[in-house]
Amino acid sequence: MTIAGGWYLGLAAVLFSIGAIGVLVRRNVLVMFMCIELMLNAANLTFVTFARMLHDIAGQALVFFVLVVAAAEVVVGLGIVVAIFRRRADTTADDLHILKG
Amino acid sequence: MTSLVLSLVSLAAARATVPDVITFVVGAVLVLAGAVGVVTSRNPVHAALSLIATLFGVAVLFVEENANFIAAVQVIVYAGAIVVLFLFVIMFLGVDRRENLAAEPLRGQRPLAFVLMVVALGCVLAMAASAHWVTGARTVTGPIDTRGRPEVAQLGTQLFTRYLFAFEATAALLVIAVVGAVVLARRPPSPAEPDAASTPERHDVPAGRIDGGPAGGAEAAPLEGAAAPEGAAVPGPAGMGAPAGSGGEASGPPVRRPEGVPG
Repeated sequence: MTIAGGWYLGLAAVLFSIGAIGVLVRRNVLVMFMCIELMLNAANLTFVTFARMLHDIAGQALVFFVLVVAAAEVVVGLGIVVAIFRRRADTTADDLHILKG
Repeated sequence: MTSLVLSLVSLAAARATVPDVITFVVGAVLVLAGAVGVVTSRNPVHAALSLIATLFGVAVLFVEENANFIAAVQVIVYAGAIVVLFLFVIMFLGVDRRENLAAEPLRGQRPLAFVLMVVALGCVLAMAASAHWVTGARTVTGPIDTRGRPEVAQLGTQLFTRYLFAFEATAALLVIAVVGAVVLARRPPSPAEPDAASTPERHDVPAGRIDGGPAGGAEAAPLEGAAAPEGAAVPGPAGMGAPAGSGGEASGPPVRRPEGVPG
């Protein structure tokens, strides 16, 4: 038989924590996006694990939608990064205090 | 903490076979090493490559959990599209230089973030290990029960029946994202923008014709007028009219001018 679901849930929690630490600590906007992807993957792993534990395919369908939303989010986010980089030649999140009015 | 570990160990099935355990351990090591690499690497390109390792590890775990279609989509969409998009933007912006991680603008931010996340992780693990009332899930289960049908067929049936509205909304979301990305990444076309006149495709055009289509057409009209009397005076106008017409073609709009010249 396969590994019990608890191990997958624990691994997903650790992965989510690492991604959250990255978002909190790193200042490069691109790396922050990658850390958001880490957190989305942790959520996907949790969804698939619960789909297996509850014998419900709906968890995998939700993973499908999370994938699509992640793709759209990355496309728009990187478009914003390119637009910001055109104004200021830097991708550091600290420099966005110029948005203050 | 020890009770937490014990409960996690008790969650593990005693029936797990050795290949399953090896697959899970390899996937988990890939996932965690890649995640740590994303957070700690100084070069964004290295972070993107570490992200690929994490995504492949998650795909391995999906296969281990009998979610084969999701695993394939994970590799195709994430590693094939999203990370390539990341790398493309990194290379496009030229930010693939090393970042100084020693600088810490907010004092105490990193230890605080670490402590906060460790506490949150402990809370989540304790909740997952103790509270089955969250989902009603039992502890140990086998592969997903698809009642004899293939898992991909059941997933497709669910997507196109029960989640049809969400599926269509997803299509709309993708279109909106594409349009938004195009609008965001486009250069502003207004002539007041100082760098609008320095786009590369406009360097080839002579300075008098930089205004675009309507002005070019108005400028080409005297050319036609100059060519037409020549055509009327000389009996064989094709040799004379063609260079004038080709000169008009170079500026763009008056392409169909040679048809009008003989007539």
